[in-house]
Amino acid sequence: MGKKRVRNFLADVVFIGPVLLAFTMIVLVPLMKGIFLSFTDWNGMTYQSFVGFKNFKNALTDQSFGRAFLFTFKFAAMAVILINVTGFSLALLVTRNIRCSTFMRAVFYMPNLIGGLTLGFVWNFIFVEIFPAAGEKLGISFLNGWLADAKTGLWGLVILTTWQMSGYMMIIYIAALQNISADIIESARIDGAGFGMLLRKIMIPMVMPSFTVSIFLTLSNTFKLYDQNLALTGGGPGDSTTMISMNIYNTAYRYNQNALGQAKAIIFLLVVLTITLTQVYFSKKKEEQLG
Amino acid sequence: MSRKRINTALLTILGLLLAALFLSPFYIIIINAFKTQKDFFTDILALPKYLYPDNFKQAVHDTKYFKTIGNTVFITSGSLVLIIITASMAAWRLTRTFERKISKMIYYMLVAGMLVPFQGIMLPFVKWIDRLGLMNKPGMWFIYMGFGASMAMFLIGSFVSGIPKEIEEAGIIDGCGIWQLFWRVVFALLKPILLSVVFLDLIWIWNDYLMPSLIINQPGNQTLPLMVFQFFGGQFKKWSLALAGLLLVMAPVVVFYMFAQKWVIKGIADGAVKQ
Repeated sequence: MGKKRVRNFLADVVFIGPVLLAFTMIVLVPLMKGIFLSFTDWNGMTYQSFVGFKNFKNALTDQSFGRAFLFTFKFAAMAVILINVTGFSLALLVTRNIRCSTFMRAVFYMPNLIGGLTLGFVWNFIFVEIFPAAGEKLGISFLNGWLADAKTGLWGLVILTTWQMSGYMMIIYIAALQNISADIIESARIDGAGFGMLLRKIMIPMVMPSFTVSIFLTLSNTFKLYDQNLALTGGGPGDSTTMISMNIYNTAYRYNQNALGQAKAIIFLLVVLTITLTQVYFSKKKEEQLG
Repeated sequence: MSRKRINTALLTILGLLLAALFLSPFYIIIINAFKTQKDFFTDILALPKYLYPDNFKQAVHDTKYFKTIGNTVFITSGSLVLIIITASMAAWRLTRTFERKISKMIYYMLVAGMLVPFQGIMLPFVKWIDRLGLMNKPGMWFIYMGFGASMAMFLIGSFVSGIPKEIEEAGIIDGCGIWQLFWRVVFALLKPILLSVVFLDLIWIWNDYLMPSLIINQPGNQTLPLMVFQFFGGQFKKWSLALAGLLLVMAPVVVFYMFAQKWVIKGIADGAVKQ
């Protein structure tokens, strides 16, 4: 009896130990430290005393932080909608009985493989150099001056992330669409349903779970965006296109306000947590409704 | 019937147009990377007069291209191996012992890590890693093991729940110990989901910028993303050269994709279904 318990315990240690150790050291410990330090006057190296909620108060009244939040919200809302609409449309397109669908699938997904930083530089080049040149040739001024202000900066980021992420969402939607039983579609067609009705009454309800996943992924990814932000606009002009991650980074590493940065980081963490959990909760409810 | 044919043809054309649209940024970068500086400023939208290779030669030299790729491959492959091994072991052991409350607790704690954004722990993380002596190359494997644990556990754990226990029970009857049971019997069955984890994590780790930028501070240890940032940012108006650099950075991924594309897409799709 004792031998079996020892063997079981050993199995636990060997099987679970490594990953638990890594997770604790890499994620948990910094997390606990971070929460603790946000209540102190941490200067990046040491702390002298507790300051209660002062850092949080400063963070919430920091205007640049508020601007970053606003910008990030706007960006995330636009990007999530555009990415998912594009991704779903592409999935619909590619799952009709058309030629070259494998090729198209591969092409639409490809941008997702390239890192955000590199893509940011690619699109920076396109917006800043190619757009004006094309505008001159075509005689339209709309293409001039991109990324020189917050509005085009915002749209630039949206276009970039749509290009980068639609393919990934498309794959998720394709998998979901292909799981719909052909019989249901068949019988609906026999009953005379057109494509529009088929889409709304049958297909979309049946792929609801994939919407949950996709919106979760796009929401969390767009909120946390950093690399593309850095490479495409650098947060500028000024800080007009600075998103939350960049604001936290700058607060800590450019302005050396570590305690403030840490408080911002905690607030950010709570916001991301709340938004994603809320989204999943409501999506699951919708799934049940339509399922 | 004819109406359907026309529809199919139209959709195919639409799809191909969209595909061309999606590929156009690559096209623009490629034609401009092959231009001389003069060609470039003459007409940015035209094809190059001839394929000028010097930009690439210089970019390869300036970016210590092969060393940088080597660093990236080293970090990525080691991390992937560790993530796969440690996460699959734990996911299997925990889900198979779910009767125990502690198994459930540990499992859900690990999976909940997916909700923690890196920026939330970024500041104390760097100091902590420094203290542990894990800066630069050796630490990266362990770091990615820690960050990769959550999603890997989630995907593998869900998958394991779907494997019927009879197979393992048969193994036990045949006299397999726990270690052999896992490695001889279970691991092979996990192949589909492990493929998903590998590709998802590959894309993430290979292209990771923020965390490595804070941890890797010795020159010569840079990964491709770090090097891109340095190189591109340093090319003042030398666009052709900068673009050549970008292409070099994108090349390994695209080449890999051309060979492995079927597997990559399948892996991503399977992972998505699990979520």
